[in-house]
Amino acid sequence: MQKIIEASGISKKFEATQALKEISFEVNEGEIFGFIGPDGAGKTTLFRIITTLLLPDDGEIKVLGIDAITGFKELRKNIGYMPGRFSLYQDLSVEENLNFYATVFGTTVKENYDLIADIYSHIEPFKKRLAGKLSGGMKQKLALSCALIHKPRLLVLDEPTTGVDAVSRSEFWEMLKKLKQYNITIVASTPYMDEAMRCNRVALIQNGNILSIDDPKKIKEGFSRKLFSVRAAEKYRLINSLREYPETLTAYPFGDSVHITFRNDSYNDSIYEHLKKAGIENATITESEAGIEDRFLELMSK
Amino acid sequence: MKRFLGFIKKEFLHIFRDFRTMIILFGIPTAQILIFGFVVSTDIKDARVAFLDLSKDEATQKISDKICSSGFFRRVDDLQNYNEIDMAMKKGIVKAVIVFGDNFGHDLISQGKATMSIIADGSEPNTATLITNYVTAIVTDFNRELAGTSATGNILVQPEVRMFYNPELKGHFMFVPGVITLILILICALMTSITITREKEFGTMEVLLVSPLKPVHIIVGKVLPYFILSFIDVIMILVLSWFVFDLPIRGSLILLLAETMLYILMSLSLGILISTISKTMQQAIFMSFLGLMLPTILLSGFIFPIENMPEAYDWVSAILPPRYFIVIIKNIMIKGTGFMYVWKETLILMIMTTLFIGLSVRNFKVRLQ
Amino acid sequence: MKEAVITVKNLVKKFGSFTANDNLNFEVYEGEIFGFLGANGAGKTTALRILSGLSSPTSGEVIVAGYNAKKDPEKIKKNIGYMCQKFSLYEDLSTRENIMLYGGIYGMSKTLIKRRTEDLLTKLNFREYSDRMISDLPLGLKQKLAFSVAVFHEPKIVFLDEPTGGVDPITRRQFWEMIYETADRGITVFVTTHYMDEAEYCDRISIMSDGRIVALDTPEALKIQYGAESVEDVFVKIARPKP
Repeated sequence: MQKIIEASGISKKFEATQALKEISFEVNEGEIFGFIGPDGAGKTTLFRIITTLLLPDDGEIKVLGIDAITGFKELRKNIGYMPGRFSLYQDLSVEENLNFYATVFGTTVKENYDLIADIYSHIEPFKKRLAGKLSGGMKQKLALSCALIHKPRLLVLDEPTTGVDAVSRSEFWEMLKKLKQYNITIVASTPYMDEAMRCNRVALIQNGNILSIDDPKKIKEGFSRKLFSVRAAEKYRLINSLREYPETLTAYPFGDSVHITFRNDSYNDSIYEHLKKAGIENATITESEAGIEDRFLELMSK
Repeated sequence: MKRFLGFIKKEFLHIFRDFRTMIILFGIPTAQILIFGFVVSTDIKDARVAFLDLSKDEATQKISDKICSSGFFRRVDDLQNYNEIDMAMKKGIVKAVIVFGDNFGHDLISQGKATMSIIADGSEPNTATLITNYVTAIVTDFNRELAGTSATGNILVQPEVRMFYNPELKGHFMFVPGVITLILILICALMTSITITREKEFGTMEVLLVSPLKPVHIIVGKVLPYFILSFIDVIMILVLSWFVFDLPIRGSLILLLAETMLYILMSLSLGILISTISKTMQQAIFMSFLGLMLPTILLSGFIFPIENMPEAYDWVSAILPPRYFIVIIKNIMIKGTGFMYVWKETLILMIMTTLFIGLSVRNFKVRLQ
Repeated sequence: MKEAVITVKNLVKKFGSFTANDNLNFEVYEGEIFGFLGANGAGKTTALRILSGLSSPTSGEVIVAGYNAKKDPEKIKKNIGYMCQKFSLYEDLSTRENIMLYGGIYGMSKTLIKRRTEDLLTKLNFREYSDRMISDLPLGLKQKLAFSVAVFHEPKIVFLDEPTGGVDPITRRQFWEMIYETADRGITVFVTTHYMDEAEYCDRISIMSDGRIVALDTPEALKIQYGAESVEDVFVKIARPKP
């Protein structure tokens, strides 16, 4: 199986900020590889280096077997790229945008239609509408269609689901999964931790460093302690009180509960006493499975 | 009140920390005063004149010397016959020709009056008027001297004024070609300067770069549609000039159209060059519109003759493309000259166009940094 | 029974023939953390602008902090705090300059501004950043500061428009703890967000779809009502985005 991307020691600095600090990773053919991390982690910088739009200060990177630094002309013909914000022509229609990109890559919409059929079917009823007048979810689908229309071997998607509603986000990842049958390798970035579970492998990235690379399930399982969820009606008091409890190691709010780890990986009834003193009567504590975000938080605080 | 003061303080901070605002506040007024002070002048200085002296007697000598030593004029040539006047005017070597008929001195003494002609280049009405006024004033002075020294009064030299190319001295013979020059370069440069920058600002440039398109495709591809559409613009402008302003097209229409299209191509290329340098559309508009407008109006010879400016300004003017096109368009439209009289300017415009396109392709960044 | 700080009755907002807000009815109570959810284009931003005095309703009654949105939008603006995602702070001013500027704009006295500024810088651990330009600060810090500035004058209500977009998970949680602490002080927090897990932090949430409110209750009650495990599931069931 060919390595679609091989990167080692990639570093990049912008004025005073070190955006990427000696990043190394590999992407295999046909996988969905995710870069998960918040704004400022270095995802966009890295993707611009992969797509040959930026040169790294240090390190080597091969994409599709070609050196990304010297072979950029060749690479630009074979990559499908969707940059961070919506970057199609707002004043052209859906149809016109798609035709344009097909032509620029020397193909036609007809030729690779089966590849985008599933995705395009959502927006086809609006094909005469100007791209600028589409909703966020529709724009992403159009951008994806345009990136795929020339059947690239590698698809690079920079935060394709950011700012898009939850329903469309979910649909988007379903569409990506279906592309597997065409053996297209997909590299995508997202700040949403839950989307990590949709990838074959992920790299957790923060402040220019990769914290971990693996199958998301394995990353989850790498959580080093036992995790417990505490629920109570008084959310704010609960978290403060738990933090003051001497046996607590970490306590983070997680939606309707607080994820807590203990120094000895276990707790006793004294915790209920402690909570009662803070006025919390009906707290429930259950052991839980750590999610990828728990692991991310753990790695971030190291 | 406190709110208000707090807000004012913030505004001061913004101003001091923004380089561009500081330039507008302090840099531009300084530049403006220097330019306006030296460029806007209603005098003439060293205006080039030629003399056609068919008498060559004491009187004509005296008058010629008076004219040449006034400081306003510079004697550039001595013509031999009437046919040479046309050539001299067409070539633009002289702004006026002063003609003394034969038997000038003799007529003056025997008949008490003699006529001389001031033939001025009417395609620059302001200058022409100034020249004829100044010469007439000098001659009037001569008349007074003459009246003072002679026994008989009433000896008069009467200058007869003729405006070549523009007998009615229509102001818009000067303005309209100049305005055409100004408008074409502003609009064309503005349009193309925005086009690449817009793609950069909206992010579509990123996607274009990661594609098989080459920079030269993108650049030429952006110039061509404007080029074709500008042709329609040119026809429109010329038709309007003809019908509304009665502007003649004395020379070859085809030559005029060809030269105009060359000028447009040059302007579009300049715009593209600006867009490869600008990071934002705002910058591009600033550079192309404001950056071109004032120098063109002031320094290209559009309103204020270049000859009247200090030499340093002449050098600046030399790099301004409109300066050359104004000569071309005036020559063809008003003087009716052929290609031979504008080949130099045409060549310069061609060189500039090639230079701009070449630099644009070179400047075009294939990467984002 | 807590006092209602926001009362919305039959709110309609039309832009030409397009109805962005279609007969909205709800109340928000003092000290609540109220989550305002909805897909893009559902009408959230329109409603938010009306509530914060930036736009006026086509019809209906909207009372915010005791003032009528149609008659006294200026009074509303004086009594609320507002934080929008991107542009709250001036990038070319320093941290301290921003805080003091807003203090002045909110009409606070010089002594009060000075005291609260120092308190704020200490509490947020911002002393080392106090004289740095905002443009130099990382996103997470900017967001925390923007929020603090929005409540600097201790308004009755603070409106937050997608305050945690793109921020790292730790900062996001710290931000929400700041929100909790603010609500604890009695300031009502009205927040819109795309992160469904953040909806769980709210006391009550409303979900908008196509200009109407299709759900309004506590997160727990909604999950039970729709048989869903998370607010995200509820959302997916009832908030279809417009194409």
